[in-house]
Amino acid sequence: MIHMDDTQLLRYSRQILLPQIDISGQQQLCQARVLIIGVGGLGSPVALYLAAAGVGYLTLVDFDQVDLTNLQRQIIYTTDQLNYDKTHAAKEKLHALNPTINIITYNEKLTAETLAMQVKIADLIIDCSDNFVTRFQLNKICVAQRKPLISGAAVGFEGQISVFLLNQTTSPCYHCLYEEAKDTDESCNQTGVIAPLVGIIGSMQATEAIKILLNIGKSLCGKLLILNALTLQWRTLKLNQDPNCPVCGTLSLTC
Amino acid sequence: MTITVKFFASLREEVGHHELQFNIDNSLTIEEIWSKACGKMPLPPHILMAINMQYVDKTALVNIGDEVAFFPPVTGG
Ligand SMILES: [Zn+2]
Repeated sequence: MIHMDDTQLLRYSRQILLPQIDISGQQQLCQARVLIIGVGGLGSPVALYLAAAGVGYLTLVDFDQVDLTNLQRQIIYTTDQLNYDKTHAAKEKLHALNPTINIITYNEKLTAETLAMQVKIADLIIDCSDNFVTRFQLNKICVAQRKPLISGAAVGFEGQISVFLLNQTTSPCYHCLYEEAKDTDESCNQTGVIAPLVGIIGSMQATEAIKILLNIGKSLCGKLLILNALTLQWRTLKLNQDPNCPVCGTLSLTC
Repeated sequence: MTITVKFFASLREEVGHHELQFNIDNSLTIEEIWSKACGKMPLPPHILMAINMQYVDKTALVNIGDEVAFFPPVTGG
């Protein structure tokens, strides 16, 4: 276990006070490796909260640059960072918040090999991307490598979040939820999204991440939460593993 | 003999209904329920479907008394 000095003990004191976390939990967080795919509306609160909580190694992946239209909801960025590479701009902000953590950045679209390698070295993966292509690709790799995947999405006034504990053979995967088909382009680029909605969903992704890293509580695995921000009503759907799922299903594993 | 069909988020505008109730005589697949409720409009790709809050695929059977719900896909981030 790593040693924490007095300033670190003080920095994290409000979560070390929690019996579910304590010093040993904080030490675990300080050694944890989390891969964040997409540093936009969801990735902003996810990265900020995990950095603040002291997750020791954050890897940020996003190919984009900071655009004026991002600032309405991607709260990790500020106006002086317009046109910066997103992951570099985010790293600057995260290190200002917590200089004790390690941040690795990839401001590019990762090749399948590099993505697989990054998944392999991560303890868990958080999908904050904005398109089906990335979501399906990431899911396949996480299923193959049996890594926990926390998936969030938001558009308009509608948010969704689920957890796939792919290290457990009974867990559903993202493909059990969404069949692979042509991309529908339902991303915020085209359709708009209310700013705090990505904060709500992203904050819940970060909460699930801390719980899974520390193995405390009960995760959302096996459930899909759907939020309608216009009424602030949640629907909870039960989600089972699809035995015919071409990615994780037991019936399709013919080899 | 009734079932309840609910539409969520942007589907409400596309379909023109929040909630429908109608009678069925025997079990139908959820895809057949969609056709009954939405006429010629085909089942959109990636749509999420649930019967009594349990996620299902389009071949799932709907029985009398069930609540059927349709949700649009969400991928934005
Ligand atoms: Zn699956």
